[in-house]
Amino acid sequence: MPAYNWPPMDKRKVIGQRVDRVDALVKATGQAKYPYDVAEPDMLYAALLTCPHAHARIRSMDTSEAQRAEGVTGIEIIAKPGAEIQWAGGEVAVVAAATPDQARDAARKIRVEYEVLPHLVNEEDLSKAGNRAKAAGEQTAGDVERAFREADVVSEGTYGIPVLVHCTPETHGQVIQWKGDEVHVWPTTQGICTYAQDLSRPLGVPVSKIHAHMDHMGGGFGSKFPSDVWAIAAAHLSRTCGGRPVRLFLDRATDVTIAGNRPSAFAKIKLAAKKDGTITGWQSESWATGGMTGGGLPPIPYVFTEIPNRKLAHTAVAVNAGPSRAWRAPNHPQASFLTCAAMDDLAAKLRMDPMDLFARNADLTARAGVYRAQLIKAAEVSDWKKLWHPRGESGAGPVKRGLGLGVGTWGGAGHSVACRTTIHPDGSVDLELGTQDIGTGTRTVITMVAAETLTIPTSLLNLKVGDNQYPPGDGSGGSTTVGGVSSATRKSTINALAKLFEVASPVLGAPADQLEIVDGDIRVTANPSKSISWKSACQKLTENIVAMGENNPRNPGGLNTGGVGGVQVADITVDVETGVIKMNRMVAVHDCGMVINPKTAENQIYGACTMSIGGALFEERVMDEVTGRVLNPNMEFYKFTANCDFGEIIPILDIRPEHDRRGVVGLGEPPVIPGIAAIANAVANAIGVRVPRVPMTPDRVLAALEGRNA
Amino acid sequence: MQSFAYASPATLSEALALLGAEWGEADVLAGGSDLISLMKDYLHTPQRVVDIKGIRELGGIRKSGGGLRLGALVTFDELLENSAVRADYPALAAAARGVSSPQIRNVGTVGGDLCQRPRCWYFRTGHGLLARDGGGRSLVAEGDNRYHAIFGNQGAAKFVSASSLGPALAALGARIKLASSSGTREVTAEQFFLTPENDRQREIALRPNEILTEILLPPARGVRNATYEVRQREALDWPLATASVALRMKGKTVESARIVMGHVAPTPWAAPEAERSLAGKTVTPETAGEAGQAAVAGATPLSRNAYKVQLARTAVKRALLAAAG
Ligand SMILES: Cc1cc2nc3c(=O)[nH]c(=O)nc-3n(C[C@H](O)[C@H](O)[C@H](O)COP(=O)(O)OP(=O)(O)OC[C@H]3O[C@@H](n4cnc5c(N)ncnc54)[C@H](O)[C@@H]3O)c2cc1C
Repeated sequence: MPAYNWPPMDKRKVIGQRVDRVDALVKATGQAKYPYDVAEPDMLYAALLTCPHAHARIRSMDTSEAQRAEGVTGIEIIAKPGAEIQWAGGEVAVVAAATPDQARDAARKIRVEYEVLPHLVNEEDLSKAGNRAKAAGEQTAGDVERAFREADVVSEGTYGIPVLVHCTPETHGQVIQWKGDEVHVWPTTQGICTYAQDLSRPLGVPVSKIHAHMDHMGGGFGSKFPSDVWAIAAAHLSRTCGGRPVRLFLDRATDVTIAGNRPSAFAKIKLAAKKDGTITGWQSESWATGGMTGGGLPPIPYVFTEIPNRKLAHTAVAVNAGPSRAWRAPNHPQASFLTCAAMDDLAAKLRMDPMDLFARNADLTARAGVYRAQLIKAAEVSDWKKLWHPRGESGAGPVKRGLGLGVGTWGGAGHSVACRTTIHPDGSVDLELGTQDIGTGTRTVITMVAAETLTIPTSLLNLKVGDNQYPPGDGSGGSTTVGGVSSATRKSTINALAKLFEVASPVLGAPADQLEIVDGDIRVTANPSKSISWKSACQKLTENIVAMGENNPRNPGGLNTGGVGGVQVADITVDVETGVIKMNRMVAVHDCGMVINPKTAENQIYGACTMSIGGALFEERVMDEVTGRVLNPNMEFYKFTANCDFGEIIPILDIRPEHDRRGVVGLGEPPVIPGIAAIANAVANAIGVRVPRVPMTPDRVLAALEGRNA
Repeated sequence: MQSFAYASPATLSEALALLGAEWGEADVLAGGSDLISLMKDYLHTPQRVVDIKGIRELGGIRKSGGGLRLGALVTFDELLENSAVRADYPALAAAARGVSSPQIRNVGTVGGDLCQRPRCWYFRTGHGLLARDGGGRSLVAEGDNRYHAIFGNQGAAKFVSASSLGPALAALGARIKLASSSGTREVTAEQFFLTPENDRQREIALRPNEILTEILLPPARGVRNATYEVRQREALDWPLATASVALRMKGKTVESARIVMGHVAPTPWAAPEAERSLAGKTVTPETAGEAGQAAVAGATPLSRNAYKVQLARTAVKRALLAAAG
């Protein structure tokens, strides 16, 4: 068995290079086909009818007018009379028709009578939640009472981070065809193999008869794992409509309303500390919602988990709104904001530099050395020493500048996935993995790993992903893909190469295990002048070489691992006469093990920081109390960070031998964790007062300032 | 989107003949940046769409009686490229520059800007322009009114006028020409905007059988003017409050002032007390601040939008300082 490892840092030819994405051109030129673009011959278009009430029971339904409407080929009822619907946007029926407009028009012709039931849609004011609020766990450690009694200083605050939505650029949905005993589906998904598995049971079709295919997809951020009722209803419509493919993608408003969101988190937090900033006690009462199931306790205290005395009480609030789904680093941005804001307020109370306070408490983290180093790096790059000032001491004039910091941690070890490498006699190579490139650069890193192992030009590599016919792979969630695919590809290509060495061995007159490959030439390690080119070696093949390689998450063999940290500094200015905040810079320092491609790794940091800016300044789902509906289910009032709002984003990959030795670790989620905290703390630093609730829109900034003046 | 008949007449008179007597019969299509989304959301379901982009006489910017005449089809971009607009009407140029995104500025027209429907999120999610529930309660008053009116909101209408050009045109004293098959009429920019009291009324003076044909800007010699917009995001977003000011100066002294705030009321909202407070004074941070204060003295904020009072106050102050130079 060959040994599986990464080449030493100084021997790498491809890994570690700043390589452009292999699919950059097809994407930039619009040639890349997304599921949304799939147009199969004879395809029908489906439209979804949803419930307009936040809580209702269906009394009756009349589809006759819709049945007769022009172009309609079928109607599938999802919620029948008698069904109770728990949120506005709940799925009621799907109509298939020859054109999208016919389907939408017909869906509006389904007459549904509802019995409207009472609803609750907002959880921020816990006192209004009544029996929708349920105790959801208490935790204690140490002696909290004593810690607070003996503390030199106690700091207190209330902090809130609302529900926000994924609002993926490509909405949720698929084209699906159920013909005979086979199902073909073109979904937008984060897991091409797991999607097919998920669909199998509700359709009663064996997974071996389900073919799922996806070349590119327009964003998931955690919300695109299940096949969903949309695929199931559309599949049934396909079957009843003679096996014609049916296209059903949610419209933007429905997508925002029901296709996933990030749970909120609110908390009253009290910290006890010594004069030197050492934290001795944590007390929190938190509440959250993620829809009808309430919202779980975010992992607080975050990163500084070893605060010796802790008492936490959490309340889950059930609201009549679309259910939450995993959102890039589930619960971590919330936990980071709650914890880092509370620590920053403590530092302000002690009139201490938060950099010092965070460093002072680094021993309360699982990776003290890493955090200390990253704090120093972040301070250096952001020019913290020069630019930071005690809270509120930001000079005269209406425009105030401030700096703030946040921290994060994540796992990111590789998931289970297999790679099949096929070497053809003409020297070309197929790489097949049942994984998916969800826009993160997965194709690029797989290609780089194969090119590193085989040392041949990438033009000989034919990478195939995005299909459940390929060797199985897990979904892309938890930043697990890069570790999984890089390890599987490494193993599979090493295995394939070992077989090619067997073929080359008699030609070179040396045993296979004494051969090496350098720049496409197979040669005898001890006598490099004895060599044969890749092409010539392949020509000797009488049949294809086929070799597998798998990542086993329980035994990754040193190729990948989990556990990373990150520190971000935000530099902002606030106009205190308007409450408008402008980003100057974000400095993001992250370790992520062995970095395959610094360029795509930095891409993740750029994207994540823009999301953090959105979460800190703009994004929130707004629910109307009276109607129980989402008021901003569009990209106009659901506000994203636009290009001109970013400021400068400075990614710093903490590449050091000791991190590199750990193997590959995912970076998809870590950089989205500390940003909101950093920006919120920078605002407090600038204006001298905490804006307790994000997003920090002008109304909230001005209210915080007024509170100070009052 | 509901099916509709489509016409693209080449002349104004043909276009006017295709319009209806009631709203809902026909909609005029200019750049389409608002109308198409209204139709997609089933908020407008016209039987006929009359595309006016092919009507030459509705385009172009030209000098007229010492001022400027802007055809209804002039796009934001054309407006911004025009040197006379930039030099003499900075209040208008700043308002046009603020509009959203290069794409919108490229297709959106000045006529469409004035005639666009409000962006109230209750209206846009299907609750009607006045957003009342079955029992006649105002969803805006009871609900989330963070982007709504702080002036002129005591009646049924609580939305804000969406047009960024409206306040600038009102401050500059522009007139608007409206044509129908039976003739043309002219209204001032202020008269063009209305506060509807019931569901049959619109927020502009345009009638269903009319087309807005042109905007007439008076001469701007000796009028220092500026617009200041408070925007949270610089792109793809709406201002939270704006102020357009036009100052007739005698040396350093203000002879008379026009101050019109935007995005704070169902119409552009003039501030006569603030205007008066400046007469005979020079513009300094103090006098500008006092004018800002006077401008918002009569504000009647709703449950969640008191912050807009501060924004309007600041916008007036900063617009004045910008105009005075
Ligand atoms: C994200 C976003 C942000 C925006 N931000 C701003 C902003 O900050 N400030 C701002 O002012 N606007 C803003 N806009 C709106 C934009 O300016 C308008 O959509 C545009 O001006 C409308 O012009 P149009 O030619 O495309 O009109 P259309 O969409 O063609 O028409 C709009 C309406 O006016 C009617 N109409 C058009 N022309 C005439 C005419 N000559 N006679 C009679 N009726 C007519 C149409 O029937 C329709 O009802 C924004 C839009 C978006 C999408």
